Amino acid sequence: MQIAQYWRLQPQRYRLTGEVCRSCGAKLFPPRDVCPECSKPAYETLEFKGNGEVYSYSTLSQGPAGYREYEPYTVALVKLEEGPLLTAQLTDVDPEDVRIGMPVEMVTRKLTEDGENGLIVYGYKFRPVLKPAASA
Amino acid sequence: MRDVSIIGIGQIEVGEHWGKSLRHLAGEAVLAAMRDASLEKADALYVGNMLSGELNGQGHLGALIADFVGLRGIEAVKIEAACGSGAAAVRMAYLAVASGLLDVVIAAGVEKMTDQATDVTTAALATAADAEYEVVHGTSFVSLNALLMQRYMYEYGVKHEDFAGFPITAHKNAANNPYAMFQKAISLETFKRAKIIASPINLMESSPIGDGAAAVILAPSDVARAFQPAAVRIAGSAIVTDSLAIHDRHDPLFLEAAAQSARKAYHQADVGPEDIDFFELHDAFSITAALSLEAAGFAERGNGAYLARDGEIALDGRIPICTMGGLKARGHPVGATGVYQIVESVLQLRGQAGKNQVKNARIGLAQNIGGSGATVITHILTAEE
Repeated sequence: MQIAQYWRLQPQRYRLTGEVCRSCGAKLFPPRDVCPECSKPAYETLEFKGNGEVYSYSTLSQGPAGYREYEPYTVALVKLEEGPLLTAQLTDVDPEDVRIGMPVEMVTRKLTEDGENGLIVYGYKFRPVLKPAASA
Repeated sequence: MRDVSIIGIGQIEVGEHWGKSLRHLAGEAVLAAMRDASLEKADALYVGNMLSGELNGQGHLGALIADFVGLRGIEAVKIEAACGSGAAAVRMAYLAVASGLLDVVIAAGVEKMTDQATDVTTAALATAADAEYEVVHGTSFVSLNALLMQRYMYEYGVKHEDFAGFPITAHKNAANNPYAMFQKAISLETFKRAKIIASPINLMESSPIGDGAAAVILAPSDVARAFQPAAVRIAGSAIVTDSLAIHDRHDPLFLEAAAQSARKAYHQADVGPEDIDFFELHDAFSITAALSLEAAGFAERGNGAYLARDGEIALDGRIPICTMGGLKARGHPVGATGVYQIVESVLQLRGQAGKNQVKNARIGLAQNIGGSGATVITHILTAEE
């Protein structure tokens, strides 16, 4: 694995930087060069807020190489409040408690590492929205 | 455009072939197909394969296999479309012959999956998905399909047990297929007790990791009988693509590319779902089988699993599927799978399917899916009168 492969995706992994299509207004994550809705160029950046809800989820008892240490862990399709779906891990939650429709928010966590001496890759995960403390 | 027929088929038993390398697997299937067609040479070889680079440290399969089977010098390339590589190679062979540029073309599929530990193979299979936006989050290929299944059960109120008919039917059919990886039936109890791999998907509804190879040989229909008295015509052929990532689709629970490629193939063959005698579908997971039945027009949305529950997919049912065991029980050596589907369809249409023969099979549908629905290849095959 090369550092550049991770470095160039920092805006997306750390800040959910996507795009908005100037022609049709579609909000896009991940960013791409051509709007999939209207086929016009899409280059204007938009930072997503990182709030959404669980559209679907799956808990893995057996992960791919590089993720075994996290087993069992839960991946999800998260529906962002701005519209797009994205794929991410859920964190800070018991897999038993995950439900479709559960409100979640983005946090930054370690995603994987390239062996014992390798690069550590950070990025977004989603956790259940913290309940506000009861007012005194 | 010329009509195209299949004049030869070959396959090897899917399994853990510790003693054979990738070239031997492919070679056996290609040579079997050449014997079947009484053929000693061909104009081209297209090799469907997904993971030779990742799992075997070997690229450049076109030249490798062509040379290995004694066809040094001919046009030969590898075709890759994830788990759809096999049928994609058949499609390329079809284009070559239909166009008139080439006359006799071999399409082979091969995958050698047991050279690596399971977690390495699992990681390699995940390259079918979006590396930067799906796989980096630890999604295995199973878990991506599990995301679809979880949502499907939620949206339509389908119970997990309703899917059990898919693997039970596949295993029942594989019991009579000498080329199948699992030649034995399983019970509902086995399904219910199976270990969950990526919730809600369990081991008994997931296709296995195995080695395999299959090959078919295509030629213009007007000369096909000179090679093969039991030639089978390719009446429809189509590849349609969708977004690689599930999260980039408006309606993840509908396999749009599967629906469109089926529609194109039906149109070309001038038939509809009601004319199909059997359907070799891509049951990588039970949810994929349900979604494929819906996309190809055999069930309303949300009802695909009920065809399995109600026995409609049995050999004597309304729409027999996975007649030789499907991906679940024949096995799913990924880049070879699409070619196995075509080989098995030809056996049905030749009346050579043995105990699993679908009565009066005249028109068969075969659909091979790459990734979680991003590349879908559909073929319609017809028995020659």
